[in-house]
Amino acid sequence: MAKDKQNKNGVLEEVTSSEYKYGFVTDIETETAPMGLNEDIVRFISAKKNEPEWLLEFRLIAFRHWLTLDEPNWALIDYPPINFQNIIYYAAPKKKKELESLDEVDPELLDTFNKLGISLEEQKMLSGVAVDVVMDSVSVKTTFQDTLAKHGIIFCSFSEAVQNHPDLVKKYMGSIVPYKDNYYAALNSAVFSDGSFCFIPKGVRCPIELSTYFRINAANTGQFERTLIVAEAGSYVSYLEGCTAPQRDENQLHAAIVEILVMDDAEVKYSTVQNWYPGNKNGKGGVYNFVTKRGLCQGRNSKISWTQVETGSAITWKYPSCILKGDNSIGEFYSVAVTNNYQQADTGTKMIHIGKNTKSTIISKGISAGKSNNSYRGLVRVSKNADNARNFSQCDSLLLGDQCGAHTFPYIKTANPTAIVEHEATTSKISEDQLFYCQQRGIDSEKAIGLIVNGYAKEVLKQLPMEFAVEAQKLLAITLEGSVG
Amino acid sequence: MQKNYKKSFLLEQNLIHLFKEKKSELFGNCHPKVALSRQQAFDDFQAKGLPTTKEESWKNTNLSKQYEDIFQLDNPLTELDKSAGEIFQCDIHGFDTDVISMLNGWYYSPEGKQLQILENGIVVGSILEAQKAYPEYFDSYFDEIAKGRNHGLTAVNKALFRDGIFIYVPDGVEVEKSIQLINIVNRDEKMMINSRNLIILGKNSKLSFLHCDDSVNHNPGFINTLTEIYIGENACLDLYKLQNINNETALLNNTFIKQELNSRSKVNVISLNGGIIRNELNVEFSGEGADADLNGIYLMDHEQHIDNQVFVNHAVPNCNSSELFKGVLDDSASGVFNGYIYVARDAQNTNAFQRNNNILMKSTAKIDTQPFLEIYADDVKCSHGATVGQLDEEALFYMMQRGISRQDAYLLLMYAFTAEVTGKISIEALQSNIEDMIKKRLRGELAICEKCVLHCGHPDIPLEFEIDMSKV
Repeated sequence: MAKDKQNKNGVLEEVTSSEYKYGFVTDIETETAPMGLNEDIVRFISAKKNEPEWLLEFRLIAFRHWLTLDEPNWALIDYPPINFQNIIYYAAPKKKKELESLDEVDPELLDTFNKLGISLEEQKMLSGVAVDVVMDSVSVKTTFQDTLAKHGIIFCSFSEAVQNHPDLVKKYMGSIVPYKDNYYAALNSAVFSDGSFCFIPKGVRCPIELSTYFRINAANTGQFERTLIVAEAGSYVSYLEGCTAPQRDENQLHAAIVEILVMDDAEVKYSTVQNWYPGNKNGKGGVYNFVTKRGLCQGRNSKISWTQVETGSAITWKYPSCILKGDNSIGEFYSVAVTNNYQQADTGTKMIHIGKNTKSTIISKGISAGKSNNSYRGLVRVSKNADNARNFSQCDSLLLGDQCGAHTFPYIKTANPTAIVEHEATTSKISEDQLFYCQQRGIDSEKAIGLIVNGYAKEVLKQLPMEFAVEAQKLLAITLEGSVG
Repeated sequence: MQKNYKKSFLLEQNLIHLFKEKKSELFGNCHPKVALSRQQAFDDFQAKGLPTTKEESWKNTNLSKQYEDIFQLDNPLTELDKSAGEIFQCDIHGFDTDVISMLNGWYYSPEGKQLQILENGIVVGSILEAQKAYPEYFDSYFDEIAKGRNHGLTAVNKALFRDGIFIYVPDGVEVEKSIQLINIVNRDEKMMINSRNLIILGKNSKLSFLHCDDSVNHNPGFINTLTEIYIGENACLDLYKLQNINNETALLNNTFIKQELNSRSKVNVISLNGGIIRNELNVEFSGEGADADLNGIYLMDHEQHIDNQVFVNHAVPNCNSSELFKGVLDDSASGVFNGYIYVARDAQNTNAFQRNNNILMKSTAKIDTQPFLEIYADDVKCSHGATVGQLDEEALFYMMQRGISRQDAYLLLMYAFTAEVTGKISIEALQSNIEDMIKKRLRGELAICEKCVLHCGHPDIPLEFEIDMSKV
């Protein structure tokens, strides 16, 4: 028995000490803003990006509002205070001339993508995914522009959208996540450097999956990207987002905003695999990930589906939400959050039922190992006029090891008697029986745990598009195999 | 710093003034631990102020109306009160209890005995007397559980309480007759009452305790009660709380329970009527193998508000806790359920369950439910669930098809909904009485009676639903 335990500990050690696979620094020249944050920096960013006056105004108003706010501290996360003056708010790879094809791309950059396993060429050939890579806040290359243009779909970096489609950006930016929304939303509104913009016109079903990749590269930089997706009536798009950051000792700040607007009968499927650098096994370094993501189902029969696999970041603070305003609209949230070592995740969703016959589903799977803490925090609100609203929530937590924590904080607010709201949650450790069964059949404990955890998270993983599902499964396995308490 | 933003309420100022004015009276002749607790709580209160909706745990319960009201804060017992007490009697059919009463915030015994020793050495009486007669129990138990766990109103209670109940059950004694505390408020003025109770169960002892909060008239009031209960090794407590107060009264009931090795507690909180009711139930396991079974029913209508806050601290391994709270909210009633299970690191082998089911009857009723889990040990089985919904239309239809009027079918279903909780009451006579009261309550017949609430369930006339059996 003791030997067995020792064995397990050995495996645990080995696995939990496995290095962050994506930690490498790409040596590309970057152009950075001076460190610190003040109105001049905001003006600097705006000027660098050649922005119109109204956008600068928007930034400045947000910045002045941000100064009046206090950092939120209600989440179950613990970190030393962030010195916002100690961050570089703008870092762009040095601009060369506009690129026509991949051949012209810096070979080192291409190499980076290869290491990430998202080779542009490969993706071009095999999966037909259009990729917009955001590296250190500036969008580098967008593929498949032409194919998309045929359908009238706009998919480009946020800065390009500002230049080429200012009316659309002006109309929708900040309409779902206003700069006043919260501390980090205000910060982002003031200093966002780039991001993605996606517009699907009426009746168009996007033929390919759209994808962006975010990567923090330079030291001391925060990444503040902004994504805006607008789906007009009757349209459909599946949007993927992946994130990695190089391995560094100091903490990097990431505060993004994602806004999604969905009109009548339209549907947006948004999937993320978040794998920012989580810090080393002693909890040093890692990304602070404070993200505001919100979708508005404005039209009738509209639908938003969030799927997220969270394996990275030292701290995750993220609540992708749905405002179900249109009648019969549907919101879905599928999440797997894995924490190991000293990672802390406080994540969940908000489903705000406003329209009649609105439905929402929440499936959240938390897995904690090492000395990490993993919390689900979610709100389901049924407002007075949301007749026949229906919600089902299930939040399960799995504990691997006796030093970690798993927490559930659901908030249910119902003010309509025809609503049906159900919440259930369980917390338990990995089943000894299942482990034993696998081991009996010659599967070593490391693999067995990978298997069981993947099975446990299957409900969520199956929501992911194929390419992502494979990556997500690998990530789960890397983070967790063998972590038996 | 937060204090700067907060405006000072009238009640806050009056309470601070009262403390300063009556300081010598409050501190005179009291046990050193009582004095210490009063002073610490007062300092705490001055720092924190009264809890407002800006505080997370008070977000959904708003007492600002009470805070700006003028209450009679210091109420010495008068002869007139006593005469009202004389006529007060309580009798639960088929259920024999030892009755003790609190009258307008003071322990009241018609025989004038402030402290009685019952058979087997059980001590029952006023906490003021007990601190003088049994200082040793105060040394070991007073403020041991509730210490430092303050919000503004618990601090007010600790600083300003005038009287309360003291019960001591010696080791190995099983109290056969249930002890029933009737807390009556009967005055023409608006009163704020702070009373503090201490209940101690020795090793291997057993007590069943019934705590009834009743109001006799319709005057507005503010009742703020704090109870500390210490359950020794292998001891067993049954606690029933019955709340039936008028719509103008705010009732705050704060109960702290500490459980030692292999002890058991069973709590039933039955809230039938009340303007604003807030029940805070804190259970802490400090010995392994302990078990807590916490249940509640709330039936609210009109503008009533109910807030149940249940905090269970699994500080040690091998304990079980289970929570089941069910409620029906009608008219413009609002409800809050906030369950919190905390499992400490190394509290392995914990089983903790939590469930909250609600039925909303009208579009103006609302419920906020927050079943929280915070878990730091891995060998645990924890689950929680919460639902908000309506009565099953199909079940209603089924019954109506069989000749049961819609009204009766409704009542029957609601009664069945609450039966899961009442079924857990282990004293049969009490169970049938409470079930009758719930039936009455659901029919809208339960008023605040002139005497004890339990008296109004006429046992001789069984309450039945009007069902035409020939059609069933």
